[in-house]
Amino acid sequence: MFNTLKNRFEQGYRTSAYPKEKIALWRRYRGLPQIHKDASAELAAECADLCPQNAIDPVRRLIDMGRCVFCGTCERISNGAFVSFTNDFEISVAEKEHLLTDGSLPSLADHSRQHFKKLFGRSLQLRQVSAAGCNACEADLNVLATPFFDLARFGINFVASPRHSDAIVVTGPVSRNMKTALLRTYKATPDPKVVIAVGSCALTGGPFRGSPEITEGLDTLLPVDLYIPGCPPHPLSNLHALLTFFK
Amino acid sequence: MKTDFLEIENGRKLARDEIPHLGFDEFRHQALDIVKDGGKVIHYFAYPEGGDMKLMAVLRTDRLLAAGCDAPEAYPSFTAECEPFHIFEREIAEQFGIRPEGHPWLKAVRYHANYRGKPDVFGNDYAEDIPGNYEYYAVESEEIHEVAVGPVHAGVIEPGHFRFNCIGERVLHLEIQLGYQHRAVENLLLNADARRLPIIAESIAGDTSVGNSLCYSQAVEALSSVAPDKGAQVIRTIALELERIANHVGDLGALSGDVAFLPPANYCGRMRGDFLNMSLLLCGNRFGKGLVRPGGVCFSLADEVRNILDERIKEIKPQVRHVAELLFSTPSVLSRFEDCGAVSLSDAEKLGLVGPAARACGMPYDARRCFPTEHYKRLDIPEYALPSGDVYARAKVRGDEVMQSINIIQSLINGPVETDCVNGKIPALEPSSFVVTVNEAWRGELSHCVLTDAEGGILRYKVKDPSFHNWNGLAMSLRDTGISDFPLNNKSFNLSYCGFDL
Repeated sequence: MFNTLKNRFEQGYRTSAYPKEKIALWRRYRGLPQIHKDASAELAAECADLCPQNAIDPVRRLIDMGRCVFCGTCERISNGAFVSFTNDFEISVAEKEHLLTDGSLPSLADHSRQHFKKLFGRSLQLRQVSAAGCNACEADLNVLATPFFDLARFGINFVASPRHSDAIVVTGPVSRNMKTALLRTYKATPDPKVVIAVGSCALTGGPFRGSPEITEGLDTLLPVDLYIPGCPPHPLSNLHALLTFFK
Repeated sequence: MKTDFLEIENGRKLARDEIPHLGFDEFRHQALDIVKDGGKVIHYFAYPEGGDMKLMAVLRTDRLLAAGCDAPEAYPSFTAECEPFHIFEREIAEQFGIRPEGHPWLKAVRYHANYRGKPDVFGNDYAEDIPGNYEYYAVESEEIHEVAVGPVHAGVIEPGHFRFNCIGERVLHLEIQLGYQHRAVENLLLNADARRLPIIAESIAGDTSVGNSLCYSQAVEALSSVAPDKGAQVIRTIALELERIANHVGDLGALSGDVAFLPPANYCGRMRGDFLNMSLLLCGNRFGKGLVRPGGVCFSLADEVRNILDERIKEIKPQVRHVAELLFSTPSVLSRFEDCGAVSLSDAEKLGLVGPAARACGMPYDARRCFPTEHYKRLDIPEYALPSGDVYARAKVRGDEVMQSINIIQSLINGPVETDCVNGKIPALEPSSFVVTVNEAWRGELSHCVLTDAEGGILRYKVKDPSFHNWNGLAMSLRDTGISDFPLNNKSFNLSYCGFDL
């Protein structure tokens, strides 16, 4: 008993004050990409050429955050002169076309559906479906339950059954072997319901693009309401998206 | 024992024609001899060359051994005589339609059509969804009931199907059917543009991003005669240890939660996040993605970063130790951990278990000690194993490894670490070569094997996650165990679905 109390004392109070207080992530963290329009055409073309995810449009000077895995190759190649990654983790969007960006994102709050806020603003129950990713997205959704993030304090929980949920949160590139289970889970979720796509795989197939076993974008199967980019998205990106979209 | 198998080195390139090409009977006979004599299977796979199929085996005793042969369309199963080949033969049958006659458990591994358009060995119709016409092992009696769980589970977890045959609460047999996460990773590694390969390798299993990118990068380095500098080796070692710590700490918390002792569950959840944030400190990603690339690392361990890392570890180390002491000294925890889900040493040997799950059964194999890469060559990794094979041993081994890994990292950051960062460009591979890379990832022996063709293209990319060995360990641990102890046993192994499914 004494040992339990001693540990409790040592651990202290750890819950973050976000969103009331802003959090500045370490500068090596790669969040919202910023395109520098004044970079030369050759540099832009070189970055596009070396991007492993084919995420850069060098002519329109845009980067597709749906495909991007935030590996930082373009920033390294251009030494930050064409693309630099900021430490801004608030990068989720409600419309797929907004993933294609030069670094200025429309406000998620303005694009969230007002009736969702009314329906789910005080209580939101999520059902997660893991569909063939690498389990990193799942891991960084799971941590939202740990004391630092403490998702439950906002009235948001992950639940064990689609029957109890308001939204499904899908990760992974939806393999052929997982498609039916995903569609059945969606069907089992009562209306009105929300679909949230988390991570590069669910957005576009991510690192697995081109494999005949996967689906290149959850939106080709289900109507997606909220897109959270990243490989995986930082837990704070997930938290920001949920709070801004529903609160 | 005389053998024609060639002794090879971890991460050392060979010309493919240096690897002994035996007659099939000789290959079978010698491979069986080595494994029956206590050897283990690291790889056993098929690959096409020209119009023919070949087999390749990489085995380990206290050395690494390799040999190959022409693949027959059907052959007398190795498994019938020697269990450790069991899952490998099923995989070969699934991937290339080569039938091991007399295999005692010939079933689909990941549920996909074979790559050669041969008649399906398992009689599956892949137009039907998994589990399709999969026949689960069944125990028949009036008293028996089956429990089916998954693929979608109650938590935020990867998909898989578990089929329990129970009498009352007691599990007689658990069968685990995976494949839901199958993305055809090996084929993608074969066909995708070279610049994509590091990203794919890191996404084989996200919780083992560093392990997989290390195996991949070492393979490319060997095949292109590029070597990382000493500083890069230190940084990679730190990253692999951080990955180990984060996962072990998280699982100790989850185990505590599964026996309803909530303080460590919460503390470990938070501390795991702190270790993930140390990976982010290194390379900007909590899972170490983007750090390891052929030739070295993409991010330095500048003194500023090193000092922050040092401070954070100094702060968290006593907290981790105290929480582990709390966990392992609480009677209600011990009464649930001890004697729960024990796997015997002899079963563990037959299943070929690896990693902490094997060390908990008295098998001290650790690739960091036996086949060291990176900076491990200069570290003294102690021989360590516990005998009991139960949840307690699996938890304790992992708890002890956490402290050991923290000490390793501290010893590596007490002085400046200098490296020339690489830009991530992928060098060309030498033709007609072979390499196998083995690393001790947090779940155990992780290995990639790469064969190049006459033009320097990749002919075969074979990935083996430790979970490929260990899922059957979980199934065995459930025998004669209460079904309510499944979550506890499952978490004590915490195996990878995506690493297995590929």
